[in-house]
Amino acid sequence: MSEIISVRRRRLILGLGAGAGTLLLGGCDRLSNLPQTQNVLGSAQWLTRAAQRALVSRGALAPEFTRADIAPVFRANGTTNPDNPDYQAMAGRGFRDWRLHVDGLVERPKAFSLEDIRSMPAQTQITRHDCVEGWSCIGQWTGPLLSDVLARVVPTREARYVMFFCADPMDSGGDYYYESIDLRTAAHPQTLLAYALNGETLPVAYGAPLRLRLGRQLGYKMAKYVMHIQLVSSYRPFGQGLGGYWEDQGYAWYAGI
Amino acid sequence: MVQSKRSTRTLLQSCARAGRRVFVYRHTVAVRILHWVNFITLTIMLGSGLQIFNAHPALYWGATSQFSHPLLSMDARQDDEGHTWGVTAIGSHSFVTTGVFGWSRGSGGSFTERGFPRWATLPSDTWLAMGRLWHLFFAWILVLNGALYVWLGLISGHLLRDLWLRREDWRRLGRTFLDHLRLRFPQGEEARRYNGLQKLAYVFVIFIVGPLIVLTGLTMSPTIDAGFPWLLWLFHGRQSARTIHFICAMTLFGFFLVHVAMVVLSGLWNNVRSMITGRYAIDTTPSQALEPRHE
Repeated sequence: MSEIISVRRRRLILGLGAGAGTLLLGGCDRLSNLPQTQNVLGSAQWLTRAAQRALVSRGALAPEFTRADIAPVFRANGTTNPDNPDYQAMAGRGFRDWRLHVDGLVERPKAFSLEDIRSMPAQTQITRHDCVEGWSCIGQWTGPLLSDVLARVVPTREARYVMFFCADPMDSGGDYYYESIDLRTAAHPQTLLAYALNGETLPVAYGAPLRLRLGRQLGYKMAKYVMHIQLVSSYRPFGQGLGGYWEDQGYAWYAGI
Repeated sequence: MVQSKRSTRTLLQSCARAGRRVFVYRHTVAVRILHWVNFITLTIMLGSGLQIFNAHPALYWGATSQFSHPLLSMDARQDDEGHTWGVTAIGSHSFVTTGVFGWSRGSGGSFTERGFPRWATLPSDTWLAMGRLWHLFFAWILVLNGALYVWLGLISGHLLRDLWLRREDWRRLGRTFLDHLRLRFPQGEEARRYNGLQKLAYVFVIFIVGPLIVLTGLTMSPTIDAGFPWLLWLFHGRQSARTIHFICAMTLFGFFLVHVAMVVLSGLWNNVRSMITGRYAIDTTPSQALEPRHE
């Protein structure tokens, strides 16, 4: 009698074990396609963000390197030549008529020419660029602090995020690259609007004439070909509502890890 | 749990008198739950980690990626006749790994360039965003589960009593190793406790590889690097940290293979049962059984 029970129990437990294995291998794969799974797993980014905010002070700087550390060839990723006739025409004219529009929840909306940007106090930093794919490159970036640019337009008290709208079309459907960061990131002393890489005018492959540089997040947050900066209270109304082109494709909004 | 402990003790006494087989209460319910959570978590971490690796299937040493000098790379290369091969390079040595690393079948069944093959990654298709979602969610579970294990292990005395190597464990290590090679596993009274080799393996993965894989994982976070720059110093830069992270993952996988092999060879059912119900059977000789053991 006890033998039968033990055989039954044995079968049950082995069955459970085999079931657990199948569930793990095939199940997780299938679960990946459910929006609910993506939402639940994706919510961990807010815990990660809160933990990193608690552990790392607001002003802690990304490590800076020396000229000797600069990568001989900095990898160009994402869009390297925007398929946009207006952009190409502007590039052909050396971005003389390019304007950076900064507006939204600000007291004094303003359009900056490239000369305006270049005449501002500039910061030069040699920092590491970390791609979400896993590689890193070191380059020297020059440009004004984003916080200085924002100070000239005076954000209102309702402003919580800074949106970046770019010149590079990402598909035939009319979606352009865009990104968003919070004001805390915008105020960081290594957050630049860079117009030069390694001491030379920013080439088209790296986001000419102006790109965002962040010290503490992954590359996809650092919008290239920036045309328009808008201060907003929420990034929900834009794109698919997740805060950026890659965020809309399933990548985390918080890219500090 | 109290119930099962009592029944175990009764069984132990009756079997001991019969002189054949006694059951000992080997794993507490906490250890059993944490073990299986850890198993599920590590499986997901490995699969999703390989998915993330596949986004740039190359490893480097130092702060940055010296693209022309990877320590390890997996890619597809074409020969003069237009035939494509999967090639894995470790340093200056290259190996053809078509079908497994570098060039293997994609979702449609046709060959495609990818580091690890479909059956090894989570999700199986190339999908970096989803791999990161799995990995960065279960990283929290892994750390919480591990911290809970160490905390409970310390307050219950489990770690110091059962896992910490004693002088005699070290002394007998050579002999234990040879016994394991001959697949001779401890029997009777000797099987009541972990042997030195077992302790060494567990201490190595729990206190060396575990913390190392968590710290190297954190070193890949640019925000953590700003707050804790000494991590970069410790691991020789972000790309070295990524390489060490990969080596730790392979070490844990190697541990898993040996662990499963030992479980199978030293009594599959007895081992699995002890990790599910807590009861572990020990065959005693009649002389041993005559001496009652009070714990």
